Amino acid sequence: MKEYVMGNGAIALGALKAGVNIACGYPGTPSSEIIETIAKYPHEGLHLEWSVNEKAALEVAAAAAYSGARALVTMKQVGLNVASDPLMSLAYVGVEGGMVVVSADDPGPISSQTEQDSRRFAEFARIPVFDPSSPEEAFEMIQDAFEYSEKYKTPVIFRPTTRVDHGYASVEAPDTYIPKEFDGFKKDAGRFVIFPRLSYKNHGMIEERNVRIGEDFSSYRFNTTEGAASEKAVLSGGISYMYAKEFLKDHPEVKHIRIATAYPFPESFVLEKLKGVKEVMCLEELSPYLEEQLLKLAGKHGLSVKVYGKLTGHVPAMGENSADSAKAILERYLGIQEAEKAAPEEIPPLPARPPVLCAGCPHRASFYAVKKAMEGQKTYYCGDIGCYTLGNAMPLDMVDTCLCMGAGVTMAQGFSHIDKEVLPNGKSLKRLKAGAGSPEPSSGAEKEGKAFAFIGDSTFFASGLTGVVNAVYNEADITVCILDNSTTAMTGHQPHPGTGRNMMGHVTQKVSIPAILEAIGLTKVVTVDPLDLEKAVAAVKECTALEGVKAIIFKSPCIAIERSSKKCVITDSCVNCKKCIRETGCPALSLTEGRVNIDASLCTGCGLCAQVCPVSAIGGAS
Amino acid sequence: MMDKDILICGVGGQGTVLASRIIAAAAMAEGHTVHSAETIGMAQRGGPVTSHVRIGEAAYSPLIPLGKADLIIGFEPSEVVRNIAYLSQKGIAVVNTAAVKPVTASLSGSGYDGSEMTEYLNKRGGCIFADGVAECEKLGSVKFLNILLLGIAAGSGRLGMQKETLIAEIEKRVPGKFREANIKAFMSGYDIGKK
Repeated sequence: MKEYVMGNGAIALGALKAGVNIACGYPGTPSSEIIETIAKYPHEGLHLEWSVNEKAALEVAAAAAYSGARALVTMKQVGLNVASDPLMSLAYVGVEGGMVVVSADDPGPISSQTEQDSRRFAEFARIPVFDPSSPEEAFEMIQDAFEYSEKYKTPVIFRPTTRVDHGYASVEAPDTYIPKEFDGFKKDAGRFVIFPRLSYKNHGMIEERNVRIGEDFSSYRFNTTEGAASEKAVLSGGISYMYAKEFLKDHPEVKHIRIATAYPFPESFVLEKLKGVKEVMCLEELSPYLEEQLLKLAGKHGLSVKVYGKLTGHVPAMGENSADSAKAILERYLGIQEAEKAAPEEIPPLPARPPVLCAGCPHRASFYAVKKAMEGQKTYYCGDIGCYTLGNAMPLDMVDTCLCMGAGVTMAQGFSHIDKEVLPNGKSLKRLKAGAGSPEPSSGAEKEGKAFAFIGDSTFFASGLTGVVNAVYNEADITVCILDNSTTAMTGHQPHPGTGRNMMGHVTQKVSIPAILEAIGLTKVVTVDPLDLEKAVAAVKECTALEGVKAIIFKSPCIAIERSSKKCVITDSCVNCKKCIRETGCPALSLTEGRVNIDASLCTGCGLCAQVCPVSAIGGAS
Repeated sequence: MMDKDILICGVGGQGTVLASRIIAAAAMAEGHTVHSAETIGMAQRGGPVTSHVRIGEAAYSPLIPLGKADLIIGFEPSEVVRNIAYLSQKGIAVVNTAAVKPVTASLSGSGYDGSEMTEYLNKRGGCIFADGVAECEKLGSVKFLNILLLGIAAGSGRLGMQKETLIAEIEKRVPGKFREANIKAFMSGYDIGKK
């Protein structure tokens, strides 16, 4: 049956068609819809899970693949960093059943911290990588990926990019799900227990094998050429292949080589296609991977070919390509006179629209409570990855650092130790204090800031928990603010261990964040409703007055999950001081003809503005 | 076969995604090849969003090249201006004149209300204007904005597909109790677009 699906949906349907037996992942844009799509189609007899993080997902899948089952693991590119520990070792051990690790790259970046390139990760791990250029192709290619993985008994990386993941197209969805048959795990310590001797032996085997895979890939169906034999050729991969194709459809005289398997590089194929070619323009995103492979090939075989791309400044080092940028690059390369263009229209200055926390988002209230409680004090606000990174926006301005998943909890500790123990001149404050007398305690106290970590519930389970243990063990003085909205909101509301349901459709035991924190032995653990401003502020003051590791769980559901019909209304007593707008920055509040106005279509009646209003002029919220 | 590029733009949360899915589904129901792409993720939170719908065999890139869009369906006047370079010389834009004020504008008191954008677009030409919010309020809820604007686009004749096909796709996607109201919104948009 033809189905119009997102690229991620096509990947999921392709995996189902390949009879995948187990699928695990951790949500992350642009990869999240793969696991979600599997859940929506028939998959009886398949194990499906949102794992607690990418490392867990990959390890769960590895055991299944050891057993001969087909295993799919999904994540975004930075998730591959988290999963890299098991992946690097698994590359040495290999698999029995096909195992495909989908690592979705994000040129731009549009929703990511980095512009890293998973093709490089594949080469680093010495495992094959597949690089689809459209949803239709992704559907076919993921099935090939399972075949190659099984043929060579190695995990493989499947690397779509955002425009493939989030592009829509029609694919022929399988009507039924037929799981792959497999024999189950056969004990073989010499194969599945990694020891230095095994790694040495397998390293040699892998290098020899990769040469064979490169040969095999030289006849792979998605490594293609189009256009006539020409001295000037174009080499592309991924979505850039489509951008180049869009332009080259009007220039069939130009040879266009497309590489779908960046590693192991299909050398014979490329050597053959380079016959008679004197110059090559490499069009790709993220890193100049194909370009470097081509340069290596040219060096190895003494080819006289000029290679252009990112390394020569012909293609931008960063950001996305587009049909328009590809056109401009290729027109210059081919010496084609650009069509006479009308001067760009002069447009009026546009309003900036940085992403903001939704109207009524409980995170806004949590940040505001901490901000109010800490007014006038030195603070460190360590943020994390999730919707609440948006707490950085004015007027909240409550995120001083954001690095990677879980880093807020541990970075807050670093600030606390730097302030409390380490003097700029290298002397330890603690040691001084422990000695006779108390040398200048006041100067030390002035210098000390209060360190906070802000972390969401899903991120806490993914990588915050161990950081809290580290804090207790190493005697940090921090306040961990858990922004618990009972979902993984940013990536589209996936369940997690605290929600009490999983991807098998089961109601599960809710893993309790307060119980975990109590068990770790924190100084204090309190749970508050962030929408009760007075109590929330009091909780922050109470916790920060204590030494050690404290946690405040700000618990209130995501407004996109628990829809509210409540609305706040401005009453006649409004003095138009605009404090509500200035302090909260809620998108439902704006000025209409000079007066404060609440947009009823956005307002959820959270009541934060009503609690901020100095003249109690906002009503409606209960 | 029809080749048509349609760009839908607005602010995260306005319902652009549903409109693009209905257009894509209707085009497929009429036998065309369709590709589309949407803004997803962090940018959805009150940021500018676009959906690119490309109908026809010759579209390879998931995004419409500049100057190639046959139709823009704009949910917000400044977002139409932000994307105006995509519109082809013969293309037209359906513009909801009701502005969505960004938090930054409220904080700085810049007083953005969309009028400057509408004036610019009016001078430029090729636009069908409607106060979508006011039109929807007549129907009882601003939640119908996306369907109303879709109706205007259909009424203009620039979507290149039968209104019955579109209505059938709306009926498939809208929950029962809102179906009648949505069809009404579509038809009142259709009448505006026809004028």
